[in-house]
Amino acid sequence: MAVKFNMALAGNPNAGKTTLFNALTGSRQHVGNYPGVTVDKKEGVYTVDDFSVNLIDLPGIYSLSPYSEEEVVARDYLVENRPDVVVNIVDAANLERNLYLSCQFMEMGVPMVIALNMMDVAAKRGIDVHHKKLAKLLGVPVCPIVARSGKGIKELMQVAVRVAEHHKVWQPLNISYGEELDSLIIDLKAKVEAAAFMTCDYPASWTVLKYLEEDDLHISRGDDDNPLISKELQKEVAIISEHMEQTISSAPDAMVADHRYGFIKSILRQNVMHYTIDQNRMHTSDKIDMVVTNRFAGPIIMLLILFGVYKFTFTYSAIPVEWCELFFSWLGGTVDSLLADGYMKSMLISGVIDGIGGVLGFVPLIMFMFFCIALLEDSGYLARVAYMMDRIFRTFGLHGSSVMAFIISGGIAGGCAVPGVMATRTLRSPRERMATLLTVPFMNCGAKLPVLALLIGAFFSENKAQYMFFLTLLAWVVALLVAKVLRMTLLRGEATPFVLELPPYRVPTFSGLMIHTWEKTWQYIKKAGTVILGISIILWAMMTFPGLSSEQEAVFTARQEAILGQQSPEGVAGLESGEVTAEGRALNQALLQLANVRSEAALRHSIAGQIGTSLESLSQYAGFDWRTNIALVGGFAAKEVIISTLGTAYSLGEVDPEATGSLAETLKRDSGWNKVKAFSVIVFIMFYAPCFVTVACIIKEAGHWKWGWFAMAFNTAFAFSLSTFVYQIGTRLF
Amino acid sequence: MAKILVRNMQKHQQGVVTAVKVGGILGQRIREMGLMPGSKISVQGRAPLYDPVAIRIMGGTLTLRNAEADYIEVEVQD
Ligand SMILES: Nc1nc2c(ncn2[C@@H]2O[C@H](COP(=O)(O)OP(=O)(O)OP(=O)(O)O)[C@@H](O)[C@H]2O)c(=O)[nH]1
Repeated sequence: MAVKFNMALAGNPNAGKTTLFNALTGSRQHVGNYPGVTVDKKEGVYTVDDFSVNLIDLPGIYSLSPYSEEEVVARDYLVENRPDVVVNIVDAANLERNLYLSCQFMEMGVPMVIALNMMDVAAKRGIDVHHKKLAKLLGVPVCPIVARSGKGIKELMQVAVRVAEHHKVWQPLNISYGEELDSLIIDLKAKVEAAAFMTCDYPASWTVLKYLEEDDLHISRGDDDNPLISKELQKEVAIISEHMEQTISSAPDAMVADHRYGFIKSILRQNVMHYTIDQNRMHTSDKIDMVVTNRFAGPIIMLLILFGVYKFTFTYSAIPVEWCELFFSWLGGTVDSLLADGYMKSMLISGVIDGIGGVLGFVPLIMFMFFCIALLEDSGYLARVAYMMDRIFRTFGLHGSSVMAFIISGGIAGGCAVPGVMATRTLRSPRERMATLLTVPFMNCGAKLPVLALLIGAFFSENKAQYMFFLTLLAWVVALLVAKVLRMTLLRGEATPFVLELPPYRVPTFSGLMIHTWEKTWQYIKKAGTVILGISIILWAMMTFPGLSSEQEAVFTARQEAILGQQSPEGVAGLESGEVTAEGRALNQALLQLANVRSEAALRHSIAGQIGTSLESLSQYAGFDWRTNIALVGGFAAKEVIISTLGTAYSLGEVDPEATGSLAETLKRDSGWNKVKAFSVIVFIMFYAPCFVTVACIIKEAGHWKWGWFAMAFNTAFAFSLSTFVYQIGTRLF
Repeated sequence: MAKILVRNMQKHQQGVVTAVKVGGILGQRIREMGLMPGSKISVQGRAPLYDPVAIRIMGGTLTLRNAEADYIEVEVQD
């Protein structure tokens, strides 16, 4: 039986953690959540020799301070789960800064190995790292690797397993933080140990450091554990704080940080690093930045890149999208010919196949879009977008990092507001974060995309990409303006720090891109497959039952008989034998028209029809009829449902209820639809209440259900006003 | 030798940090990214609207808003 170990991967953002994790676990990984928070928790399995290693990919962080969810998650994981070994990934080309986190791990005393990654990049930049010497001076094993090519990974894991086996006790590193602090630390540590203050979880020296750094999270835990000693520690820290302020105009936390870097510098100075190339020389990445973030060229390049993403997505996904549509049409036709008429067949075709098909048909489009986003992210360009956009975002009371949340939510059309709302957790200012998470649902997410694409395809097909691009800009303008209004009213307050790293440009790996793309597309498919299927069937039922009353049925039967009765016997015979005569055609026409009216009556009479009709008196101002209303109500559940509902509504109410023809064609032919109405509907869909999954996330992230209600009520009222405006003006102009 | 603020540094000008005059969250964030007395920095560029500023430090690039960079005092060669 293999021995089991728990291993955590930790390191700075962009140090190559994900690359190493993928290289180690391959497909044997899954993404979950940390309890209580929504930071992704990636787990996987790796087997080496006789050992089976359980791998956890901790979020990328710069330090163990408590200012972001990621940092708190990483630090709590280490304390609560006590992994057998921590593999600390360090970027060899940016060693000094990366070792700051390593230093904090060592202060905690976790058993660890340093994986010195990016050795190839370091070599290219003329940085020579003597890893053996570094290991000796730090007292921690150091393994040089190239995560991207897999070089050194096997050795790394062997060393990690050895550490896990032999290094069972946490051994906190003691470094000097300056004479003044050192003596205080010794005092305080004795107090903490004497009172056994949080010592089951945290090493005493670490607790003292956290009090010196005035780490709110640790102090509040201390207050819960033993308020007396917690107060005493805080008092001592306050005294020395004041003293330092007066004598050297510094503070304990600054002192601690200074000495951590001092410790790192003192090690690196001992011949650990050698430069074979002048470090002031420009790297390729800097040269690219000279052009790409240039005052004049930068914004133009950015617009071109974003527009290129559209062109690429829309042009190249068209063919697979068509294949998908053909497949589902074929499937509908097959079921139609195989099954007998009845509720079962109607449910399968109108509920299941139309519903799922409408959503899955757009998977290629969404995949292409996610591929582009992964490309921008992995290459390092997305950080440049944040850098270039911050000045503008600040104007609207947001933060350069808000860009990420907006882009993930669909700023480059085709994201999802759910991860977008979650991505706001890296924003540290509560107000900027709230303003971001309340406005990201205005972006054109991947679920709205097919609906918008459908309407654009049907009514504005001449310039698809241009229209999509315009709608994306519109979403941005509206979201930013609403954010500004929120920041001036409900969320008034100061701006927060913008300290962002620009990672060097890298050529993304194909497999990395594929994994990203697939992960996100799979999330979409899973949502479509489960939630959407359920909702599609519920809606089918709402649109089918209670059906026509027996009196109404009788009326329709009578009318049908009347039509047949008007015909000459030859005509009836012709109809029955399938012979096409002019009279037969006219008869057919009359019968189909009647059937059409009949199913429309049935739908109007259904539960959904009743809701839609009762809303019509209000929604007519924006040009929405009851069918559109049903679809929009369905969209509360998930935006994709709008398509499946429209599909169901129209195929049920249409000439042939069993046909799964193209919805776009149906809408185009429908006399109730025109460009103005289509645009009014587009505007409403873009800005009305977010889907319930997003609302749930907003409630969780904002910490109060009232924000969920706010998002639903405010957005719907806002969207309706906008649509009404568009429709009223539009019908007068065109 | 003169002490100036990052805001007043020219593009590609080099200097050594002499003081970071801010505490709290911002101060900690700035320090843990390596901006502390004794660190060598140079200005790599500025965003299209002259703000934020990109600073080269320890072989990496950091961006800060001008208002934040104003807390960082740098000694530069004349
Ligand atoms: N040349 C080179 N590139 C690498 C190496 N390891 C990773 N990369 C690249 O560095 C980039 C960042 O790697 P990731 O694995 O996404 O970094 P990460 O640490 O997971 O970053 P976060 O997801 O932001 O935490 C990717 O483009 C990788 O292909 C390496 O050893 N050599």
